[in-house]
Amino acid sequence: MTRGQRFREGCIEGLIRFSGLSSIVIVVLIFLFLLREGIALFHTVPLGDFVMGQRWYPISEPPRFGILPLLLGSAVVTAGAAVFSVPIGVASALFISEIAKGWVKEALKTGIELFAAIPSVVLGFLGITLLAPLIRQVFNLPTGLTALTGSITLAFMAMPTIVSITEDALAAVPRGYREAALALGATRWQMMVRVLLPAAGSGILAAVMLGIGRVIGETMAVMMVTGNAPVIPHTLLRPVRTLTATIAAEMGETVRGSDHYVALFAIGIVLFVISFMINLIADLFLHRERA
Amino acid sequence: MAGSYWRRALRNQRVAFAALFGATLLVASASAVVIGVIWVRGWRALSWEFLTAMPTQGMRAGGIFPAIIGTLELVGLTVLFALPMGVSAAIYLTEYAADSWVTRVVRLAIVNLSGVPSVVYGLFGLGVFVIFCGFGTSLIAGALTLAIMTLPVIITASEEALRSVPQSFREVSYSLGASRWQTVRHAVLPFAVPGIMTGTILGISRAAGETAPILFTVAAFYLPRLPHSVFDQAMALPYHLYVITTQIPNIPPGRRYGTALVLLLLVLSLNLSAVMLRAHFRRKRQW
Repeated sequence: MTRGQRFREGCIEGLIRFSGLSSIVIVVLIFLFLLREGIALFHTVPLGDFVMGQRWYPISEPPRFGILPLLLGSAVVTAGAAVFSVPIGVASALFISEIAKGWVKEALKTGIELFAAIPSVVLGFLGITLLAPLIRQVFNLPTGLTALTGSITLAFMAMPTIVSITEDALAAVPRGYREAALALGATRWQMMVRVLLPAAGSGILAAVMLGIGRVIGETMAVMMVTGNAPVIPHTLLRPVRTLTATIAAEMGETVRGSDHYVALFAIGIVLFVISFMINLIADLFLHRERA
Repeated sequence: MAGSYWRRALRNQRVAFAALFGATLLVASASAVVIGVIWVRGWRALSWEFLTAMPTQGMRAGGIFPAIIGTLELVGLTVLFALPMGVSAAIYLTEYAADSWVTRVVRLAIVNLSGVPSVVYGLFGLGVFVIFCGFGTSLIAGALTLAIMTLPVIITASEEALRSVPQSFREVSYSLGASRWQTVRHAVLPFAVPGIMTGTILGISRAAGETAPILFTVAAFYLPRLPHSVFDQAMALPYHLYVITTQIPNIPPGRRYGTALVLLLLVLSLNLSAVMLRAHFRRKRQW
């Protein structure tokens, strides 16, 4: 190689190494920028009042920046979505991985994967125009834009994630486990419940965590269908407001650098930390599976 | 005795399998229902005018042309930023880096990036590109934000594609005296292109449908002209759908469904082309 070639090679290698490390840089940058914009809130509002405060009145005088109603709003919607999506998602994964064969299996898988491709704003739109009126009628409510509406919409959004990761976990269970159970006289259903599910346990937990992570971070659909009332929720049949929806709905109206603007970035920090922890835990489960 | 136990066990199995099938059908048919409903209620709104005219009367009439173009430009710019970076990162992980704690941390960072809520990307884009870099609310700020969001998808897909190239290809190249970069460039990368393309298309189809990251970085509520440069604001399909669904009363419902249909067709055709591309190259693969 000539010296020129070696120099070029060195440059390219440097670029590649830099790009390789870029994802670390980006994660750190995201956190730093959220901190940079959001930390100023805690000069005026103590951390305790922010996390445990029961009132989110960002534009009243004096403003209140308590995110407890928003945290609980996110929690209620997420829990509701998990109740729907976890059993149905795991059941679908079992069916696709263990029972379905041939083109049926492929068709079902494609159908489920396709759902993940539908933009969340489209689901939010359908949630408003079709699901909300239905919920209003069925439960005889003043408005159909409730936590339940959000939970159902989000449950469908979480299912592709839950199904595909659970399926991977089931596929990773050695054949011998299945054969041993069947040889001992178990029916296929008994084998699935008593051998397969426990053996794939940590992978399924990871699937559930990642599904929940998707639900907590979901913004547009949830903002459109949950009615956006920042009050502490007592039932699933009332409007709520989630952390994500608060940022999306209010950021456009704030003045840069104002307390309100800063508070929205502080919510961003909370969301970032939550999603970071969820992914970390899911990753641990996935690695325990492989080990 | 044993006979009745078996009968019961088998009956349980039948009931359980039926329930599993029902659950699967519910999940798998959801996408068909969504697409079907939007098609049935939206296709009448589709017309040449709807696709190619500017919106008029406060977006209650006319077309959605600027939103379509805005989204296409946004997606194009996103690929421009995300593709080189994502592919280089994947090359680093598969061809350059040894398995060490560094790659472990990189992988963890990628996993976390893919889990960051989309609205947090929006905040990041606002803080970094709109304010810190001084781009203002602009196509370039939005595209950079979307590029960062798409990065994990592209890296993961490219890594998989690079890994599926047989080790012997590299060994032959090295044995002929090629350097590392020459090996990657001529003996590995060309064979990974189909996988990389598939992953990239899937990544941008997600970016095309995202609303939250562009809310504060690009999106214009109403802009009855096309953007002049990358430093200009633009309308975008997903944000437009959000606006006409929640912010503007008395819009004929057909227009909403029509907009949703155009967005859906754009995203699904991207997905479909990715799937077909994958199938095509899988058939042609010779190793």
